[in-house]
Amino acid sequence: MLEALQIECQRGDQRLFQGLNFCLNAGELLFLQGNNGAGKTSLLRMLCGLSEPVSGEIRWRGENIRRMNERFRGELCYLGHQNAIKEDLTPLENLMVSTRLHDETLDEDAALKALVEVGLSGRAELACRYLSQGQKRRVALARFAQEKRPLWILDEPFVALDTQATRWLSQVIGAHVERGGLVVLTSHQAIDIPAGRIHPLFLG
Amino acid sequence: MFAFIAHVIRRDLSLALRRPADLVAPLCFFLIIATFFPFGIGPEPELLRRLAPGILWVGALLSTLLSLPRMFADDFADGTLEQMALAPYPLGLAAFGKAIAHWIVSGLPLALLSPILGLQFDLPPDALCVLFFSILIGTPALSGIGAIGAGLTLGLRGSGVLLSLVMLPLCIPALIFGSGAVDAVMTGISPRPYFFLLAAFSTGSIVFAPWAAAAALKISLE
Repeated sequence: MLEALQIECQRGDQRLFQGLNFCLNAGELLFLQGNNGAGKTSLLRMLCGLSEPVSGEIRWRGENIRRMNERFRGELCYLGHQNAIKEDLTPLENLMVSTRLHDETLDEDAALKALVEVGLSGRAELACRYLSQGQKRRVALARFAQEKRPLWILDEPFVALDTQATRWLSQVIGAHVERGGLVVLTSHQAIDIPAGRIHPLFLG
Repeated sequence: MFAFIAHVIRRDLSLALRRPADLVAPLCFFLIIATFFPFGIGPEPELLRRLAPGILWVGALLSTLLSLPRMFADDFADGTLEQMALAPYPLGLAAFGKAIAHWIVSGLPLALLSPILGLQFDLPPDALCVLFFSILIGTPALSGIGAIGAGLTLGLRGSGVLLSLVMLPLCIPALIFGSGAVDAVMTGISPRPYFFLLAAFSTGSIVFAPWAAAAALKISLE
């Protein structure tokens, strides 16, 4: 499903990696590891199509993602380093806005349920700027409680989360892989995801 | 597709309403510019009337410039712009929605304020009316062209100055046709040709500029 062929990545003058190949099929998880500055985030951004590899190509269902454009992005769900939430909006508004921007429909009850699931019950109507770092991360992750798109690309999803939220997220990712979804994630901690085939990939 | 644009507009408007100070600042700036000119020039109604269209139009242009750097900056800083680039629609549509939202919170209030400021210059009623419509029709061009400038200067240091250098020369047609319309009605000729030219310029800018802005944003995001 998701293939990387001879990917080369450069940052400034420095070559981070070259000749990187992998193939990820339905129901599999790619666990990307590497030291700081090894190019994990750069690789994830290439897989999303946000930046282009210096050479090589990335294919989704056998087709180059450059040519697929919107069709590829419609099957992708990306969580970056930044939470992409608005400090001025409440968690509920943030969740509704981000799902709508991704062309999905989520009614308010489902959104509230997702927020309860990530442990933000009672905080749904509070502006996000009053939330802690971990709670903001949970707002960003709430989208994944209902997310049905096949490919998830997660950049350090466990950062700032407490043990309870970490367990919840592991379960959500596990369930997604069980359903036949694909996940690419980076983490510096060991992950404990209950299902699916996990391919580790070490950069650098 | 239209639903997506509507979502972007609604989102930007609700964010703008949470920060009323950002909305009011450009309007105060416009008010100050328009108020200070009569002080500086002196109480000569004839001269003030002659200068009014140009002063008010330049004032509107500079006030628009004040709010432009924030068009993409906040979304870029918190990662929302990245998510918009990954939405299953072209980034140009998001930029188009953002330019429209920018016009609603900046161009529209400026147009509403302009007839009141025009009174300070002793403009006749028909000139006030033409002034209102010329700013109403002309400001979408400023939001559209401004989106290109804001996209190009995103994440740069001293982007405000660079933004004005990029954007202001491109806005000259709006300035000429806009103040020309007001001049025309005061000298007794029809402002219609000016309105048509201004509307054409505005429509062209607001439709095509967001795609150029999107190309600039993609470079900033890489």
